[in-house]
Amino acid sequence: MVPHSGERPDEDDQAHDATDAAYGFPAPLWRALERHRPPGIGLLQRWRSPLRGPWLTSVFGSVLLVGLPVVILTGLLSYIAYGPQFGQAIPHDVGWLKLPTFDWPSRPSWLYRLTQGVHVGLGLIIIPVVLAKLWSVIPRLFAWPPLRSIAQLLERLSLLMLVGGILFELATGVLNIQYDYIFGFSFYTAHYYGAWVFIAGFIIHVLIKLPKMVSGLRSLSFRTVLRTSRADTRPEPPDVDGLVATDPAPPTVSRRGALALVGGGALFVAVLTAGQTLGGFARRGALLLPRGRSRGEGPNDFQVNRTAAAAAITPADTGADWRLTLRSPSGKMLLDRATLEAMPQHTAELPIACVEGWSTTQTWSGVRLRDLAARAGMPNPARAIVRSLERFGGFNHAVLQANQVGNPDSLLALRVNGVDLSPDHGYPARIIVPALPGVHNTKWVRSIEFGQP
Amino acid sequence: MRALIARFSAFYGSNPLHLLGTIAAWALAGYVVAVLGPQALWNPKVWWQSIGVWFLAAVVAHDLVLFPLYALADRSFTGAFAAVRGRWTGPSPQVSPLNYLRVPTLAAGLSLLLFFPGIVQQGQSSYVAATGQNQQPFFGRWLLLVAALYGLSALTYAGRLAVAGHRGKTTDTHIDADNTRTQSQ
Repeated sequence: MVPHSGERPDEDDQAHDATDAAYGFPAPLWRALERHRPPGIGLLQRWRSPLRGPWLTSVFGSVLLVGLPVVILTGLLSYIAYGPQFGQAIPHDVGWLKLPTFDWPSRPSWLYRLTQGVHVGLGLIIIPVVLAKLWSVIPRLFAWPPLRSIAQLLERLSLLMLVGGILFELATGVLNIQYDYIFGFSFYTAHYYGAWVFIAGFIIHVLIKLPKMVSGLRSLSFRTVLRTSRADTRPEPPDVDGLVATDPAPPTVSRRGALALVGGGALFVAVLTAGQTLGGFARRGALLLPRGRSRGEGPNDFQVNRTAAAAAITPADTGADWRLTLRSPSGKMLLDRATLEAMPQHTAELPIACVEGWSTTQTWSGVRLRDLAARAGMPNPARAIVRSLERFGGFNHAVLQANQVGNPDSLLALRVNGVDLSPDHGYPARIIVPALPGVHNTKWVRSIEFGQP
Repeated sequence: MRALIARFSAFYGSNPLHLLGTIAAWALAGYVVAVLGPQALWNPKVWWQSIGVWFLAAVVAHDLVLFPLYALADRSFTGAFAAVRGRWTGPSPQVSPLNYLRVPTLAAGLSLLLFFPGIVQQGQSSYVAATGQNQQPFFGRWLLLVAALYGLSALTYAGRLAVAGHRGKTTDTHIDADNTRTQSQ
């Protein structure tokens, strides 16, 4: 029950006296700050929700504590998958923020589909939880006095890294997967450095707040909360941080209802998102995302990343005069499409998975890259540089590692689903390598150079 | 030693670990800015297309725009329902419509927040270059989604009303906000 209004402030003050009344150095400054309440701050402090409190905040916090590290790690893995050892990861020069590099595996073929699908998918699904967490702690933002010590000053400033970091990463990510580059700066650069600022803020926040989260979680039994109806929902006991409202309104929703609302929001986003990664029937669910759309039923009617028109590929470029140039230390040779078609053909069902989190699995056929390497006179190359007919654009070439060239399913694909590639999918020939970030599966291939490291 | 730590904590306002950790975090953030180059935070040609501006604007947009807007909207809803009920002379509704309005509104708002570029057709040229398609269907799809959300909520509410009406006034299915505390005491 809501206590009589007369009781409440006392309890609150006692709670403050017990733990937090002390001022750090310089005490007179903090005291003066407390006395100079800006007009209107009282109005801002009229928080009414009876649900806010350490328990609810801790529940949201613990979900984020599990979920956000997964988003962070899969994001960093994507940086490694781009091949920083070849200068292909963006941004290039990141000083000591360079991650430990290893040869990105080409098995299993769905590896990048999984990691990047999780990065983007979970990043979106977690948004309702982030918003709920921010809602639950918003009274702290307007608390007065804002500061009682140097420690609080540093801590509150570090929240800028945390909150600014997560919102910046979510905003740029959400825009990027929809090809809306309204922010004007380089997405890769901003998202990578922004991530590090967020990581700094996240780690310090976890270190400082973890004990509070644990005691918050213990303050109410989860099972009891799940059994408590709205009518029986009571505010949490007053807390030192002022999350619990001093004059709470009667509940309009139970705590379990609030959890269901946030969980339902996450589920709702999952339904609207997962289809772009899972494909098949689920793709229809991604009805507001670019990669939830169908292009038709034909063999080439799967999702395009960068059209031939956008890459300025003309029919003349890819006509009868097109030749594939193979280079290796032992020389150079030109192959026309008929020669490539006469070589042993291999068929593989492989996903193509993009940094935007979407993927699509198709049946590709063409010449194995290792057969081409052997033909060029270099059976086990340390790497291969693939160049496109595309003249401009940051992704008109890509370097492949030894394991990526050597994988028996790595192809210079000529056909997909039994027919020639369409112009938008890279006719006359494109690279398809298992678990390679989509954009490095170079389309409209002009030349392949096999070489030593 | 213990006394020393206590004196430090009284001076600083928390334990020494707090200070060390916070300094480390700020040093890391400082290093990030140093590697990126402080000039990269600011775009002198188009000021609002700056990384620094977006970083701060993200906080302002949430804390001082989005939150106040939805909080105000929710209080208006809640207050309006309470006021209407106060003046209502007919048989009192036994199930509050409040949450049946909140849920679809939140879902519609969330889907707009996440997918507005397609819905308002922002960034068309890069969209077409990347996908070979246009953004034309998204606005209609979103409207249909909104229709489905509110429609579904209306159906559920109608179902709840029917059940509540069937049970009669003896049950404590129940009205929202304010004047309700008496019965659940």
